[in-house]
Amino acid sequence: MSDLDPPLLRATGLTVRYGDRYGCQDVSLTLWPGEVLAVVGESGSGKTTLLRVLAGRITPQAGTLHYRDAANHEYDVFALPDAARRRLERTEWAFVHQNPRDGLRMAVSAGANTGERLMANGVRHWGSIRASTRQWMERVELETARIDESPATFSGGMQQRLQIARNLISGPRLALLDEPTSALDVSVQARLLDLLRGLTRSLGLATVIVTHDLAVARLLAQRMMVMKDGKVVETGLTDQVLDDPHHPYTQLLVASVPQG
Amino acid sequence: MYVAVKGGERAIDAADQWVRTRRRGDRALAELTVAQIQAQLHRSVARVMAEGALFDPQLAALAIKQAAGDLVEAAFLLRAYRTTLPRLADSLPVDTAQMRIERRISATFKEVPGGQILGPTIDYGQRLLDFSLLEDETSSDALAPVAKSIPTRSIPGDGLATAPPRVTELMSRDGLLEAEQPAEGDPEPADLTREPLRFPAARPLRLQALARGDEGYLLGLGYSTQRGYAHTHPFVGELRVGRVEVSVVAPELGFAVVLGEVELTECQMINQFAGSDEAPPMFTRGYGLVFGQGERKSIAMALVDRALRATELGEPETAPAQDQEFVLSHCDNLEASGFVQHLKLPHHVDFQSELELLRRLRADHGARES
Amino acid sequence: MSDPTIHDPAFNFAYLDEQTKRMIRRSILKAVAIPGYQVPFASREMPLPYGWGTGGLQLTCALIGLDDVLKVIDQGADDTTNAVNIRRFIARTTGVQTTTQTTEATLIQTRHRIPETPLKAGQILVFQVPQPEPMFRLEPRETERRRMHAMADYGLMQVRLYEDIARHGRVATTYDYPVMVEDRYLMSPSPIPKFDVPKLDQSPALMLFGAGREKRIHALPPFTRVEPLDFDDYPFERQRWDSACALCGSRESFLDEMIMDDAGARQFICSDTDWCGAQ
Repeated sequence: MSDLDPPLLRATGLTVRYGDRYGCQDVSLTLWPGEVLAVVGESGSGKTTLLRVLAGRITPQAGTLHYRDAANHEYDVFALPDAARRRLERTEWAFVHQNPRDGLRMAVSAGANTGERLMANGVRHWGSIRASTRQWMERVELETARIDESPATFSGGMQQRLQIARNLISGPRLALLDEPTSALDVSVQARLLDLLRGLTRSLGLATVIVTHDLAVARLLAQRMMVMKDGKVVETGLTDQVLDDPHHPYTQLLVASVPQG
Repeated sequence: MYVAVKGGERAIDAADQWVRTRRRGDRALAELTVAQIQAQLHRSVARVMAEGALFDPQLAALAIKQAAGDLVEAAFLLRAYRTTLPRLADSLPVDTAQMRIERRISATFKEVPGGQILGPTIDYGQRLLDFSLLEDETSSDALAPVAKSIPTRSIPGDGLATAPPRVTELMSRDGLLEAEQPAEGDPEPADLTREPLRFPAARPLRLQALARGDEGYLLGLGYSTQRGYAHTHPFVGELRVGRVEVSVVAPELGFAVVLGEVELTECQMINQFAGSDEAPPMFTRGYGLVFGQGERKSIAMALVDRALRATELGEPETAPAQDQEFVLSHCDNLEASGFVQHLKLPHHVDFQSELELLRRLRADHGARES
Repeated sequence: MSDPTIHDPAFNFAYLDEQTKRMIRRSILKAVAIPGYQVPFASREMPLPYGWGTGGLQLTCALIGLDDVLKVIDQGADDTTNAVNIRRFIARTTGVQTTTQTTEATLIQTRHRIPETPLKAGQILVFQVPQPEPMFRLEPRETERRRMHAMADYGLMQVRLYEDIARHGRVATTYDYPVMVEDRYLMSPSPIPKFDVPKLDQSPALMLFGAGREKRIHALPPFTRVEPLDFDDYPFERQRWDSACALCGSRESFLDEMIMDDAGARQFICSDTDWCGAQ
C-alpha cells in the first residue's frame, strides 16, 4: 500500500436510525487497499450495524459510501442497481458472518460451498472448479478428504474456515468480518486469527474487522476505531490507541482487559 | 410378442358408466333428489359453496349428487363451471353489519347489546347418535327447543333479529381494539379470480385465498396456533350467521339494485394486544368469512388470518401458520387434490429415465467393487 | 383423422369465455417476447383437475380455431387414458378435426414427450407443465427465486449439477432437465426425458408451456437457442438403449420398457406410437 493509491472505500456521515435509537451516527472512515481496520466496541455500540452498511446490506438514512473497484471505477454503493451489487458481492467483496451457518449452505457439500462463487461467475469446467476448491480448502487448513461432506458435520472452527474459503476463492479486494472468532471456543480462536492474519497479508486484502476483543484488534489491525452508542469516539493507529488511549471510554476498555 | 393395447376410449366409457351405476346405487331405493340435498344436507352445501367460491345452493347440491358426496370433488365441479360462465358485474361490498341475524354470539362479554342469540346450533347439545333418524320422520316434528338459561335467548324458526351493533365496533370506538383500516390510499383490492397469487400478498388477497381454502387444512393450521405454534391469544369477539343483501349498481340506472341475499358466516376474532412507540397497546384482529353456515371454517380462517399478520404487527415469524408462502400455496384443495392425485397418471417415460440412470449407477458401483 | 363436428352448445367454443381467451393470448404474446421467462397468468379451473394438464389445456383452448387439426399425446402415445380424455374434451367443445399423425397436426398438446417426427414451421407444440420453476427444489421461496431470475443469478443450479457429479460421477437429472434459453433465462422444459431436450434447440415450431396449477406460461419462439446446463468436461448426454424397438426396429427413438410376463421378461417399444406405426 502506498500513499499514492486511491482509497478502496470511503464512507462519509453514515447514519442509521431505528425509530428513536441510532444504529450508527455520523460515521466516516477511509480504507486503503491492503490495510486492516478494526472496529471495536461493546455490544450495542453500533459496530455490526456499521459493518452491514459498509457491505451495502443496510441503507443508511444519511451519508454516502463509495467503493473503488478493480478497474479503478468508483461507485456510490447505494446508487448501484441490485444486479451490479450482487456481482460485487460474489467477486470483489467478502463478508464473513459471526455464525458460520449464516454464511454457508448447510444443505450442500463443503466443496460446493467453496466452489459456488466460481460457478456463479461462469466457470464451467468441473475439474478445475474441483482443483481450485481443494486448493482453497488446503489454504484454510481443512482436510480435502472431506470435500464432499456436509458442513453440518464440521466443527465450528472448521465451518468458519470453510466460510472464509467460500468468500476468498473469487479473489476479493475487500473483506468485512463480523466477529469471526466470537462464536468459537477460545482454544480454537487463536489458530483462526493466525490464519486470518496470514491471509489478509498474503492476499493484500483491505479488511474491516468488527470485534469486542482488543487483542484481536492488536493482532490483526493497523488502525482501529472505537465505537460507543453508535458514535466513533476514537480512531488511530492500533498500537497508539491501545497504548495511549485518549477518550475516557477507550481508557475504560483498555483498562478492563486483563493484562498479561 | 407385444401387441399394443388399443381401446382406451372404450375403457373410459365403461368406467364412466360404472360410476353412474355406482352413484345411483340400489334401484329399489328412491333416487336422491337435488332438492333433498339442498334442503337436508345444508352443511355440505355450505362447504361446497365456500370452497367452490360460488354461492348457488342448488348448483352446489347438484354437484354433491354428481360427486356421490365427495365434497372436494363437488367444489371442483362448481369452480370448473364458473370458468364457462360470463362475468357480468362486481357487486357493492356486502355489509355484514346489516345482516339479518339467525345466530349471533360473543365469547368476550356475557351480555352484549342485541343479546346472545343461539340460533340453530348443536353447540349446547350432546353428540349422541339419534337412532330415531334411522326411521323416516313422523308428522309430529318438534321445533328446536328454546334455551332455558337466562339471559341468553334463542329465537326459533324464522324470527330473525334486526342488526345488533358489532361488539368489535364498540371496542374499537373505545380504542381498545385496532380499527380495521384499509391500506394507504385505499387501493382497489386485487382479485384472486383474475390474477394469480404472488408473494408477498397483501391482506385482501390473503383473505380471498383463505375464504376458499380447504376447511381441514385451515382447521389444522388454526389449531396449531392454539397449541403454541405462534399463539395469538384469540377470543371470539363475535360470530354471526345470517343473510346479507347483494347489490349491484346498474350502469344505465346509476343506482344500486338488490339482486338477492346470500347466507354468510362471519367471525371477528379479538387477539393478542400489541403496541408501538407511537400507539398505545390495543387488541388486534383476525377475520373469517364464508358462504353458508360454516362456523368451524370461519373461526379457523380468523385464526390463520391473524397469524399471517405477524410481519405487519412486528411479530417474529416462527411457525408454519405465519408463513404466507407456505399457508397460501397449499390451501386451495382443488390444486392440492389435483396434484396429489395426478400421481395416478402415467409416468412411465419419466420413470424409464430414472430406471436407466439407476442401472448405470449400479453398474458403476459394481465395477468399482470388483 | 376424424371428421369435424359441431361443438356442444352447452359451452362456449373451446369452453373458456372470450375474455379469458384474450387474457391467455396476451400472456402467450408476452411469453413469446421473452423466451424462457415465466409469465404469471390467471389460470382458470377447467373440467380436468389441476395437475392433469389444465395449463396446456387452457393454452390449446385459447388458440384453437375451426381450421386447426389437433393431436393430443401423453407419454408419446395418442391412446393413453389422459390423452384420450383431453382430446375428447376439446373435440366436444370445439368440433375441431383430430388426428394421431404428427405430420397432419397444426396444434399438438403433449404430456412429457416431444414427437420423434421433426416438427415444421407453422406447427404449435403445447406442453403440459406440472412445475414451471427449474429451481423449486433448491429454493422453496417464490420471492427469492424471482430475484434470481431477474438477476440471472443461477449459480445455485450449477452447484446442484456439481454435487451430482461429485456424488454420482454424472448429472442425476434424467427428465425435466434445466436449460438456458438465449443465454438469459433458466427454464424447465417440462418433464420430457433428456432424450428430447436437443429437439428444443432451433426448432421451426412454436413451443408453448402451460402450468395451470402454478399459473405460469413460458414459451420458445421458433429458432430459439436452447442449451442444456452442463460442465465443459461433463457434457450433456442423451439416453441410449442397448436394444431396438421390438415392433419397428428403430434405434433412434425413446423406448418404453414393457414387462411381458411373471418371469420378468422385458421388451422395448417406441414410446411415440405414431412414429412407430410409420416406420
